[in-house]
Amino acid sequence: MPSSSAISPSKARPGARKGSNTPEALLALYRQMLLIRRTEERLSQLFADGEVPGFIHLSIGQEAIAAGLGSVLERKDTIASTHRGHGHALAKGVDLNGFFQEVMGRETGVCKGRGGSMHVADMSAGMLGANGIVGAGMPIAVGSALAHQVRKTGGVGVVFFGDGALAEGVLHESLNLSALWKLPVLFVCENNGWSEFSPTSKQFVAPLGKLADAFGIPAETIDGNDVEIVADTAGRLVSEIRKGGGPRVLECITQRVRGHYEGDAQKYRDPAELKDRDKIDPLPRAASRLSVLGVSDAVLAALETEIMAEIDAATEAARAAPLPEFVAAQADVYTPAGV
Amino acid sequence: MAELRYVRALNQALSDAMAEDPSVIVFGEDIAAAGGPFGVTRGLLEAYGEDRVRDTPISEATIVGAAVGAAMTGLKPVVEIMFMDFVAIAMDAIVNQAAKARFMFGGQGSVPMVVRLPHGGGVSAGPQHSQCLEAWFAHIPGLKVVCPASVADAYGLMRAAIDDPDPVIMVENKALYARKEDVPDDLPAVEIGKARIARPGRDATIVTYGAALYTALEAADTLAGEGVEVEVIDLRSLQPWDEAAVLESLSRTHRLVVAHEAVEAFGIGAEIAARMADIGFDELDGPIIRVGAPFMPVPFAKTLEQGYLPDAGRVADAVRKTLA
Repeated sequence: MPSSSAISPSKARPGARKGSNTPEALLALYRQMLLIRRTEERLSQLFADGEVPGFIHLSIGQEAIAAGLGSVLERKDTIASTHRGHGHALAKGVDLNGFFQEVMGRETGVCKGRGGSMHVADMSAGMLGANGIVGAGMPIAVGSALAHQVRKTGGVGVVFFGDGALAEGVLHESLNLSALWKLPVLFVCENNGWSEFSPTSKQFVAPLGKLADAFGIPAETIDGNDVEIVADTAGRLVSEIRKGGGPRVLECITQRVRGHYEGDAQKYRDPAELKDRDKIDPLPRAASRLSVLGVSDAVLAALETEIMAEIDAATEAARAAPLPEFVAAQADVYTPAGV
Repeated sequence: MAELRYVRALNQALSDAMAEDPSVIVFGEDIAAAGGPFGVTRGLLEAYGEDRVRDTPISEATIVGAAVGAAMTGLKPVVEIMFMDFVAIAMDAIVNQAAKARFMFGGQGSVPMVVRLPHGGGVSAGPQHSQCLEAWFAHIPGLKVVCPASVADAYGLMRAAIDDPDPVIMVENKALYARKEDVPDDLPAVEIGKARIARPGRDATIVTYGAALYTALEAADTLAGEGVEVEVIDLRSLQPWDEAAVLESLSRTHRLVVAHEAVEAFGIGAEIAARMADIGFDELDGPIIRVGAPFMPVPFAKTLEQGYLPDAGRVADAVRKTLA
């Protein structure tokens, strides 16, 4: 487990917590998580089959964070994401078809096949981009928050980053600048204990909460695999930020189920780490809670069918979509004259 | 007509842009209350307020990274890096983020931002406060790079850079800040990518930019005394650069020298020489010769820096050599 963790998700009992969510609200969160999970499982298969080129980094096991945050953000809010950002994009409202077409390298993809998995962005949805550079999203979100502040949009900037980014210098600069200027920005650390192929406990010595405290930024560390806790906490923090309270830090303890990238044999990792996975997996946990709240298995089964149909359709649409043309891509380097 | 200093022209351009467009904001180290280490931003805080004119901590990576995020969210930030040398710390935000955003997101939007970078030696500032690193940026698809030499261009290129929808690297030679010129009261914006003929001539062409323009003009004066009429082209923009204007001049003079203060090896001059050797080969009656700084860090002591900086004598020698 990450050394900075105050919470051990593996000890949490599924369905034990009494959340504040209605069955409808929790079902919406569950649906978002399930969409991300099934999408990434499909991508894993497509990658293995050679239909997804390049590198992909899956967030399987971490969906509660994307879904929880997505449920409390508005369209005008902006997010900067990471290389493990599929869930963030979908939860912020990036169209599933445009997403699949991008990751599969099609002209009709949300970025016309220019970026792929590591660069999914949709400015119209406030998704400022996944990012291939660890930590690079932090100053981008800070700058976006500056624009919200100066333009008085009422919007909030959110940056997702992993615990692997804690050792990047821009974290410290970004915490300082956002505190100094009281910017409307939320720092969301998805702490899965791994910095690519190395345990973060061997890479970084300072708990994030203490770092935030040093900058005078309120910080909370939560069980990032409980979607209700994530949604409730994020909702409260975003509301405080929106009211002019300045930056907040939210550390979500979670677990990376897959390797750093698809195809990573993870020889550096003890398989025992994942043996109790079902107890901490955010999806069965939310399903148990739904059951407690009286949502029937039939409803969940219908949801599964519905989502698989959406993913099947998106996959087929991407397969049928045209491949990008080289000449047109060259025209996107600079803004055309007259625009 | 009125006499105007280069530094005031930049200041006026920033002020006029801020007055016209509320989305233009300015931030950087010591640029607000102190008015900037070279005075380029003096008075802007008083005129436009602390929301739009901000002192930042000494955090170059985040200054430029925040400019990227602000530009993606509806602002037009102009940020200053105190000395061009310090931009090494901010390269990710410029090279991997700003330069690529338009392309890698499929042309969804542009990143309208300006990064101001004071460069150049001659003031014994030493190896980490004197470098001319513009070739780094001209090498990156997605960036534009401008380097005004005249007072009028300082104004005109700053306005064009702020208006440009793409990220622009604005390179300002520190030795030019105090320069005075008579300029029209109503200065226009200057189109990015267009060179100008700073001195017409028929015998050889010197292509140059920034403070080296004045070195080239001095060399042209010397050569005029020898009966050699040199045409001097001030590039003004380095990316994109005015290939057509250089080729046109070469087609009249048939001799080409490229002069700049930056290190000669792998520099702007190498690109110009290589392109002209290709598309202008039939026009050439002599070798293309580059004049730039030697392949060493900028030295501190006056005698050393004097030896380092390309001077008019070296530029004149290069012209004589290509005419020989």
